[in-house]
Parts: sequence; C-alpha cells; structure tokens
Amino acid sequence: MTTRLFGAPIQRKEDPRLVTGNGRYLDDLTGDALAAAFVRSPHAHARIVDIDVTDALAVDGVLAIYTYEDLDGRVAEPLPLLIPHPGLTHPKTAYPLAKELVHHVGEAVAMVVATDRYLAEDAAELIRVDYDPLPAVIGVAAAKRAERLVHPDVPGNVAGHVVQERGDAREEIIAAPHTLLLSLSVERSASMPLEGRGVVAREDPGGILRIYTSTQASTSVRAALAAKLDLPLDRVEVVAPDVGGGFGVKIVHPWPEEVLVPWAARRLGRAVGWTEDRREHFVSSAHEREQEHLVNVGFDADGRILGLDVQVWHDNGAYIPYGLIVPIITTTQLLGPYKPRAYRAEFWSLYTSTVIVTPYRGAGRPQGAFAMERTMDAIADYLGLDRAEVRARNFIQPDEMPYEQGLTFQDGRPLTYDSGDYPALLEKLKKLIGWDEFETFRAQARAQGRKVGIGIGCYVEGTGVGPYEGGHVLVEPSGRVRVATGLTSQGQGHQTAFAQIVADELGVPFDSVEVVTGDTRRFRYSIGTFASRAAVMSGNAVALAARAVKDKALRIAGDALEVDPADLEIVDGVVRVKGDPQASIELKTVAVLANPLRYAFDEAAQVATQFAKGDISKPPIGEDDEPGLEATDYYSPLRSTFAAGMHAAIVETDPQTADIRVLRYAVVHDCGNVVNPRILEGQIHGGVAQGVGGALYERMAYDASGQLLNASFMDFLMPYATEVPRVEIDHMETPSPLNPLGIKGAGEAGVIPGMAVFASAIEDAEGFVLSRMPISPSELYHLRVRHARGKVVSLRRAEVGNPEESA
Amino acid sequence: MSERSERSDYQQHGEVTLTVNGAPRRATVPVRRLLSDFLRHDLGLTGTHVGCEHGVCGCCTVLLDGAPVRSCLLLAVTVAGHEVTTVEGLTDPDGTLHPVQQAFVECHGLQCGFCTPGFLTTTAAFLAERPDPDEKEIVEAISGNLCRCTGYQNIVKSVRRAAELLADRADQISPAGLAQP
Repeated sequence: MTTRLFGAPIQRKEDPRLVTGNGRYLDDLTGDALAAAFVRSPHAHARIVDIDVTDALAVDGVLAIYTYEDLDGRVAEPLPLLIPHPGLTHPKTAYPLAKELVHHVGEAVAMVVATDRYLAEDAAELIRVDYDPLPAVIGVAAAKRAERLVHPDVPGNVAGHVVQERGDAREEIIAAPHTLLLSLSVERSASMPLEGRGVVAREDPGGILRIYTSTQASTSVRAALAAKLDLPLDRVEVVAPDVGGGFGVKIVHPWPEEVLVPWAARRLGRAVGWTEDRREHFVSSAHEREQEHLVNVGFDADGRILGLDVQVWHDNGAYIPYGLIVPIITTTQLLGPYKPRAYRAEFWSLYTSTVIVTPYRGAGRPQGAFAMERTMDAIADYLGLDRAEVRARNFIQPDEMPYEQGLTFQDGRPLTYDSGDYPALLEKLKKLIGWDEFETFRAQARAQGRKVGIGIGCYVEGTGVGPYEGGHVLVEPSGRVRVATGLTSQGQGHQTAFAQIVADELGVPFDSVEVVTGDTRRFRYSIGTFASRAAVMSGNAVALAARAVKDKALRIAGDALEVDPADLEIVDGVVRVKGDPQASIELKTVAVLANPLRYAFDEAAQVATQFAKGDISKPPIGEDDEPGLEATDYYSPLRSTFAAGMHAAIVETDPQTADIRVLRYAVVHDCGNVVNPRILEGQIHGGVAQGVGGALYERMAYDASGQLLNASFMDFLMPYATEVPRVEIDHMETPSPLNPLGIKGAGEAGVIPGMAVFASAIEDAEGFVLSRMPISPSELYHLRVRHARGKVVSLRRAEVGNPEESA
Repeated sequence: MSERSERSDYQQHGEVTLTVNGAPRRATVPVRRLLSDFLRHDLGLTGTHVGCEHGVCGCCTVLLDGAPVRSCLLLAVTVAGHEVTTVEGLTDPDGTLHPVQQAFVECHGLQCGFCTPGFLTTTAAFLAERPDPDEKEIVEAISGNLCRCTGYQNIVKSVRRAAELLADRADQISPAGLAQP
C-alpha cells in the first residue's frame, strides 16, 4: 500500500534546483534584452514644469527616452482600480508615467531604454526635470486635518469611508457597567522581499508578446496588459518565474513598469527588461500597516464585551489601486475569536503624499489584532483579571460554529466562521508557554533585579478567499503526471504540496508528479496568490482534477481489463483489480489508450491505433468524452474558511538601557488539515520573524516633506538571525467543512499577532500602558521617563503591585 | 518622444583573468562593472543574487580565495588573478550536492530561495574554518545575511546539519576554492 503523502513532512521538490544556483528569477531571464531605468520624483508633491532629455540622449547606448507625452492609447490612461467598492467614493490611481503632477517621492517620471542598465542609469541621471514643489501631506494626523489636500478634487483627503455594524454598539456601551477608551496606532512597514519587482518582455515575430514578471498574479497581469495594449488575450503570455518573495507587494498589478516595459518592447521591436533596485523598492513599490485606531468598549464586571465601537483612520498613500481591502480586513478581522454583543466599525481611508499602501502579509489583521488584544489587556487590567481568562470569557465556543459575525468580509461574503476550537487552543498555549507558572519566574527574575513580562495575542484569520482557482492534471503516455494551476509561487513550496495532493488522489509515485504554477500558457484562469489562499484554493482544485482523471482512468482500464471500474484501484501508478493485483494495467498504458490514434508515435502507442483491439460497435471517442487522460476542474468556495492561532511571548527589558530581549515565543495554530507540516512550520517561522520586525524594528521614517529617510537596508532594520527568537509550536487540526480536503490557509498566520503579543509582554514587564507599535529601546526609554513624570498611565496591576492574581 | 539608433562605445574597459569555480575565465569588461553583474551577466552564473546592491543583505555573497565577500561591493576588474567560488561551484562536477546544500534541502532551510546562495557560500566558508560550531557561533556566522522567508530557525538547523554531513565526509577533499581548516 502506498504511504499517504497528505500530512507528511516531505522534502521540497523545489530545493535541489534552488540550492545549486539553478533557480530562474526575473533578472536571470533578461538575456540580451535592452535595459530600462526610471527617473523618479525627488518630491512628495510637485508640478512638473519641464523635462529636458537633451543631455541624456547624447549617452551612447540609449535607444529611447519616454515621458508621459509619449504614451499612447490606453497606456496613457490611469492604471486600473483593481478592487472597486461602494464605499470607495474617491478612487485615484497613478499614470504609468507622471502626468503634470507627482504625488510621492519615487513616482516614475521618465523611462530610459538603453543597451545596458549602467548606461540607462547614466542617461536617467542626465534628464533634467524642473519641478514646482507643492505642500505634502504626511501621516494620518495631517491627512485627517486636511489643511492641505493630496488631490485637489478629494475633499478631506478621504478616498473611502465604510461603516459596518451588528447590533447597536453605541447603545450597549452607554448602558455598560464599565467602559474604556483606547487610542492605538501602528506605523508603516513593508513586505520587503529580497527580490524586488521586475519584468522582461519580448514580442516574437509571430506577434506573441511574452512577459516574465515577478508577480503574485500572472493571469491578472495578462488580462490587464491585453486591455492596456489593446491586444487579443491569446497574443499575451505571462509567466511568473521563480519569485524571490512576495508577502503581498507583488499582488499589486499592473505596476507602471509592468505596463511600460512590454509597451516599449513592442514599440522598439526588441526585448526590454527592468529589474527594480532596492532604493526603488523602498520608494516606488508599496508599504502597509500605518493606521490610527480609536476603540470605545463597554463591558460587564466579568470582562465580557457588550459593545465595541472602533474607528480607524487608514493611510493609503498617494493612490489606491488595491481599494479598501486593508481597512476592511482590519475592521472585520479585528473581532478575532471573540463575540462582543454588539460591534460597530467605521473607517476612513486617507490619501497622503507617500508611496501606495497595499496588503503586506497579514493585510490589516496585525493592526486589528493589535487593537482588539490591547483592548482585552486593558479590560483585564481594569478589572484585575487574568488576561487569558478575560479572553476565554469572550470566546466563541466550538458548539456555536458555524458562527455568523454579521458583517461582510473582504470577499464580499458574510463573515461566518466555519469551524474552530478557541478554548482548546488557549489551553494549549498556556501549557506551552507556562502561563500559570509565569509569576514564579517573574518573582525570581525580580529578585535578581531583572524585568520580565509575558504577553498574549489571539487571532482568527479568514483564509482561502474566492472566487476560484483551477487545476489541470494530465497523465502522459510516459507516465509523467503534469499538473498546472494558475496561481503563482513565491517560496510556499507549491510544487511539493500540490504534488503530494495529486499523488495521493491519483495513486501515483510522488516523483512522477510535476507541478507548474503561474504560467498562463499552462493554465489561463486564476486569481492569484494572496490571503493565505493557495493551499485551500489550488490544493482543492488539483485534488478535484486528479479525481476526475482517476475516474476516467478507471473507466478506460475497466474496458481494457473487462472488469467493473468500481473493482479497480490505482496503486503506485498501476491500475489493478482490488484483491487481484495480477489483473492490472499500468496507468501510462491507460494514458495511451485514452487517446485513440491513427498514427503510432512510438511502440507503446501502437495499442491505441485503429487496427488494435477495440469495441467497433462504439465510436472511438464517446459522446461527452474527450481524448487524453487529463482533466481540468475548479474549486470555488461559498465563502472563506477561518484559521486561528494564539501566540505568547516572554520578554526581558533591560532596566538601564531599555533593550528588549525575547526570551521565549510560543505559537499554537489551527489551519485545519495540514498538507505538509514541514512547509507549514516554515511559514509560521517566517511569519513570526516578520511579526518581530513589525513590533520591534521596522518602520518607514518619512519626514514632514515626504522624504523617506531610511530607504536602504542599512537604515530600515529587518531582523537578522540574531533578532529572531526560536519559535515553539503546537498544532491543532480542526478541518474546514467548506472544502473537500478540509484545509485552511496558513501563509499569513505567523505575523498577525506579533505587535499585539509584544505590546502585551513589554507592557507587562514595564507596568505602564503601551499604545503604539513598533517600539524601539530608545522609545521605551523615553516612555519610562514620561511615565516617571506621570505622563504615561500606569497599569492598575502595577500600582497595586499584585499582578495577575485575581483570576 | 525620443528614440534613436543603437550605438555602443562604452566607457573605459579592463581585462579580467580569474578562476571561477575552478575554471580559468577571461573577459574584457567596463571597469565599473560590479563583480555581481560580471558573474551573473557576463559569465552567466545567475546563482549569485543581488538583493540590495549596498552590501547589507548578503544575497550576493561569493567566496574570494575561500573567504566570503559581497560581490555587489567589488568591481570585477579588482579580482583579476583571484579565485572566486559561487553557489554553482559548491556542487560537485558530477552533480552531487555539497553537504551545505544537502543540509539546507533536508532541513527546509529555504523558501523562495533568493537569499539562499549567500547563506550557502557563507556557511561553506564558516564550516571550513569552524567544523563543529555551537548554536551561538552559527547564529553569529549567518547574522550578516538577510532572509525574509524562513525566520532563520531552519537555517540554523541546516548549518548544524551541514556540520554533521561534513564530518561524515571528513576524509574527502574540500570543494575547489574553499579555505582548508
């Protein structure tokens, strides 16, 4: 019997290629392509008075210089608004090259194409752009004040405004025995994959435009480019090669460069490529996270939330191509595993003179979890209750599943949790981190003059959002099983995980299965890789396609072996009669028989030719049947599936330097049935590292004029190995009832509660309230000073001097 | 709009003769060409990746006479006469993975794989010098390389595993270009 691969920690198929330098990333595919470079705005807001390219044209090797004036057709129109929403009343998207105005530092103003990148950059430096600077709007506070406008025709800088409410939260709060008001804020960070964006395009003499692009959504890039360049879809092919990390930023499309490079390639009749450099990535890709939150909560004496009223001000940057997704996710996913009696969420999405804001791993959830978990900690502290206990009292119970939160989620469908067991997860977490024993440890540490604290953060994550993904499974006469799905891969090990699923479903050896993702030549219909959806969506799609192939194989084998297909099984690539392994036929022979032939292409193919044995009373291909042992199927869910997790951290803060050390970090996690625990664990590790970065290190430091002061890896502090704690993990598997494989997504999970957990732990160590993330040692030091002056509120339990004992 | 025909007289060029992955290579390149670009685009060794071009991320790490260097911070003409080992050069000519490569595969020490060549070359040089490191030394050794995917935990595990695999192969000859312990 073949061992079941689903659930096994299989080594990745991708790796032998990637560890030997045989990966094929975007910049590896440029070949003899011409190189593009961009002139970008040094101003956050300015009018372009003049662009002088005279000196640049004199640079040897320069073939073309383009400005907005040169763009034609739909390329001269603004980039598409990807996700319209009724609440997005004032959408603005950029032009591929700035038209008259620039709205953030880094906005592309001119494009140079030369024989080589060095020369293209030489020329770009010689282009003289005369700007008339205008006032910039930087940060949520300035955007909210709206003394200056980012776009003159957008009053109040408000791109969109949405209210969602279940029950009457404000009434509940007025009537509640206790209320608290919290003001919470989060600064900007970014996906920051180690490979930036990039695109290479060439049009072959037959008129096929092939584009390689480092994207999370190749099929959507194809549709967008066909529309922009006014080409029939079948003349545009888009391939996502190996992608060196995405984390959200590469779901945005088409980028200005993604339109301009193919446009220029067609115009010049030459291959053109562009690889983003690091500074460009900082100032012209996308950021996320910056939001202000005002939480008004009413609760009873047991800490149960009666009314929760949350207002959010979201900084969306200068344009809003990705719509309102991030604040929608914040305001819906904020609820986590809890069930306040009434909930009201209102957000404003605000323009600022900064680079655009689009989803970065977690996509608004880290801010939501931060706001909710800060609130839980505040309630616990106010009532003198254990922080874990207050959470437990507000949990949705397993017997309440499916649980309707009464809101609309980011997929436009009801926010209905499908399954989960939050009390059990909390118990696991408390056990893993030693929650109940922590006070003993604190007392010991205190006796040594050390300050330690413990923190907790819970979340529920809507994953596997629709609308659909598809899978194609083909058994070749060679016995190779070729699988294709449209969504892309950026390191998630899809070639391995999807091969595990197909090998199991079909009954073939793992090594015979080859998976291709993100190549529109192989699969044309797809949405993309984001929102922890790939395993759920394409995993189920390839499973369904494999089942269809299996049905067909059994039917053909049944004819050949003259047995009922119901009596057949496929084991290790051989179709055989159950209980009689001698009566068998190889699956690859079935693949030959599936395609009735006139011409044999090799010896094995002779069995399928017209004078070979066959039922002459029927046509070779039956009605509703098709040649070939292959099938395509799609998985389209009714709504999202909801994974959950809880993290805890123990930190130590240095009494003198305010240095923050992470002593332990524990994760419990439930993403339904697990395809590959090795890959899952890797996803969690990576997510936690980004959570650590977001809580303790990473921020985008814009000055008041809109200059990004830390646009390099020297100044933007991404964690190295020395900054990331060892992650202790425990799992639960509550299957999703929504899909055939019972799986939920996991990609973003690790990062979501990071800020919440560290705020909780540092606050616990320090004894005063934290309301802003990230926090650096120097900021903690200043908070201590301000606390000593009575300007930062103490925790009640710190004043009582009797922490965490009253539960 | 400004388009014009192609011309191609570059700036000053220099000749580079060096050994790459055990093989002598000679090329004439602009003197300002970075070693990383030279390896990738002139020699076609695209396993060396470029993540920041300011020497911080470590993706472009190669071994120069056995010691790790940032190839984005060196000009190709300055390494004339020297020996460079890239990630491609870690693999045996018969395709057998270097123990460090093998360990990263076994321990899921990579996800997207973009930073991986830098970690592999760094680790190979580190273990050649320090064959039996403890965890603290491992973390220190890889703390000049950024990875955005893995959270480093499995990279640390991979380095430890690589040390074991290397010890198993202790009698065999080190791959070309690596410093002898």
